[in-house]
Amino acid sequence: MTAILGISAYYHDSAATIIIDGKIIAAAQEERFTRIKHDSSYPFHAVEFVLKFANLKLSNVDHIVFYEKPFLKFERLLETYVAFAPKGFVQFTKAMPIWLREKLFQKRMIFNSLKEHDEDFINENKIFFSEHHLSHAASAFYPSPFEEAIVLTADGVGEWATATVAVGSGNKLEIKKEIHFPHSLGLLYSAFTYYTGFKVNSGEYKLMGLAPYGEPKFENKIKDNLIDIKPDGSFRLNQNYFNYATGFTMTNNKFHELFGQQPRDSEKDKITQFHMDIAASIQKVTEDVMLTLASSLKKEFNIPNLCLAGGVALNCVANGKILKKKIFDKIWIQPASGDAGGSLGAALAFWYTEQNKERKKSNTDDMQGSYLGPQYSQKEIEEQLNILGAEFEIFDEENLINKTVEDLSQSHAIGWFQGRMEFGPRALGARSIIGDARSPSIQKTLNLKVKYRESFRPFAPSVLREDLSEWFNLEVDSPYMSVVADVNQKKVLKITDDQKNLFGIEKLNIKRSEIPAVTHVDYSARVQSVHKETNLKYYKLISKFKKKTGCPVIVNTSFNVRGEPIVNTPEDAFNCFMGTDLDILVIGNCYLRKENQNNELKKDYKNKYELD
Amino acid sequence: MSFIKEFWEFLKERKKYWLLPIIIVLVLFGGLIILSQGSAVAPFIYTIF
Repeated sequence: MTAILGISAYYHDSAATIIIDGKIIAAAQEERFTRIKHDSSYPFHAVEFVLKFANLKLSNVDHIVFYEKPFLKFERLLETYVAFAPKGFVQFTKAMPIWLREKLFQKRMIFNSLKEHDEDFINENKIFFSEHHLSHAASAFYPSPFEEAIVLTADGVGEWATATVAVGSGNKLEIKKEIHFPHSLGLLYSAFTYYTGFKVNSGEYKLMGLAPYGEPKFENKIKDNLIDIKPDGSFRLNQNYFNYATGFTMTNNKFHELFGQQPRDSEKDKITQFHMDIAASIQKVTEDVMLTLASSLKKEFNIPNLCLAGGVALNCVANGKILKKKIFDKIWIQPASGDAGGSLGAALAFWYTEQNKERKKSNTDDMQGSYLGPQYSQKEIEEQLNILGAEFEIFDEENLINKTVEDLSQSHAIGWFQGRMEFGPRALGARSIIGDARSPSIQKTLNLKVKYRESFRPFAPSVLREDLSEWFNLEVDSPYMSVVADVNQKKVLKITDDQKNLFGIEKLNIKRSEIPAVTHVDYSARVQSVHKETNLKYYKLISKFKKKTGCPVIVNTSFNVRGEPIVNTPEDAFNCFMGTDLDILVIGNCYLRKENQNNELKKDYKNKYELD
Repeated sequence: MSFIKEFWEFLKERKKYWLLPIIIVLVLFGGLIILSQGSAVAPFIYTIF
């Protein structure tokens, strides 16, 4: 037996994964344990969890693989400072002490942290380092159902690479091309995230959600000035407009002058049509780059399958466009596409490429529905709820599902906590808030009273796999919510000419389809297909809802409030339940109604977490 | 010591010997900061003035 522990840490989204003989056993992100969103510290709790789940002591683990190479990153930093000198001196003086004091000695830091799990762990030579984009590529290819595939990764930046193209075949994965810092599609998107007043490295999905409210009026301005897209999809960014390589902001004055406004201050300035148009424009440019890249890769390598990973692969709208264009026969996207997934990729890369182990493929992927996190037994749930003073009833599975379906059909907002927690940023029916997709008011209720977030943010649907094409223009599995597809024309409602002419956020108030709660203003939806093989209880719930209402679609959003990591324990779930306007909480076989709870247990939750 | 060896191996592998002077200066200044518990230029100022 060979156990490999993969770790990602020290930048953002630290996480740990354990694989045994190539099989993914457990994976989790540190933020879920520490309750600090995007926590970048050493993933102590995540490592503890994966070891416990695998029933291993750290000294029994054969190899530990970190997801990137610190020396190579240091080389990039030094060369960048030299290239831009004397600009960037201030950033240099701030960065160097951190590197010289700790980051350069990451192997020792990791070793010391690892020793805290098990004092018998004494062999520093068990620690290895993968490359950032190789980790991403490995996380996309090895668990995919493909024997052979093109692997495209794109994110902000790793060591040098910001985007890579690799070819995976059997157990081999070879990087063929790279685009290097400072030319980065991820950083370009982040620059606009910053410019529109959202937090870099976490607000990107808000920008994507805002895009359908605007028109891509600035597309040409971006293409003419900021990015030079080559016919093969590779690109160069004009550094005259950016500040991230040498300063402490993403964009500079020249950038602001180009678009005619200063960056939005999220505390003072409202989101206007201008910001929506900016969002639509950068989204369009990103899609163009991804589509051009995908087309040229198909032509060049003539391999029918594509795998995607890296932060840019979380852009489910762009992913949906690649799918819709049918450039590749099949596409598979790693659900934990961000840096957390690097821990998984690092471990898999070591197993297959370093140790040259055989890779056997079936028709399904190896992610087990991405339900790779902690789970709690019915006994543990009851114990935790009793300690918290919760009032709950216990039902067998059938009655529990019947009750929940009844509540769903009455437009209640329900916390749904079942089985193993998801690995990756999406809630997939294990730590979800669910609602009736037919309800025209639930989007506003969930956004403003439950999630405490901006009203423009869309919600995603969970749909039974067999009903997928009936309700959405999508014919392939989408178990990880990684692609966006349009609501099927059959389910779309006619809107009046007056309604058609509405602008910006006003568009939100129109009932556009039979499932308005999950239909975005451009008729798109980020779809999750639900499969009985990976989440039977969730499948049964939606099937029952379909039987009662005729609709096999429900709203599925992550079980948290804005700025909060998704809940992990029954205690987190109960706290979130008591701090928001959630009506019902279903944990394991326990069923809780808000009106039955002690009012004194209610919490001020709204301001507990920072806006992202 | 293992760190220096590993870093040297890295420079050799990457053929980035030209980074060495920068790194030596950085390490010297870093050392001075630790020794002087403050600004790295302080020892020079005191000896000159």
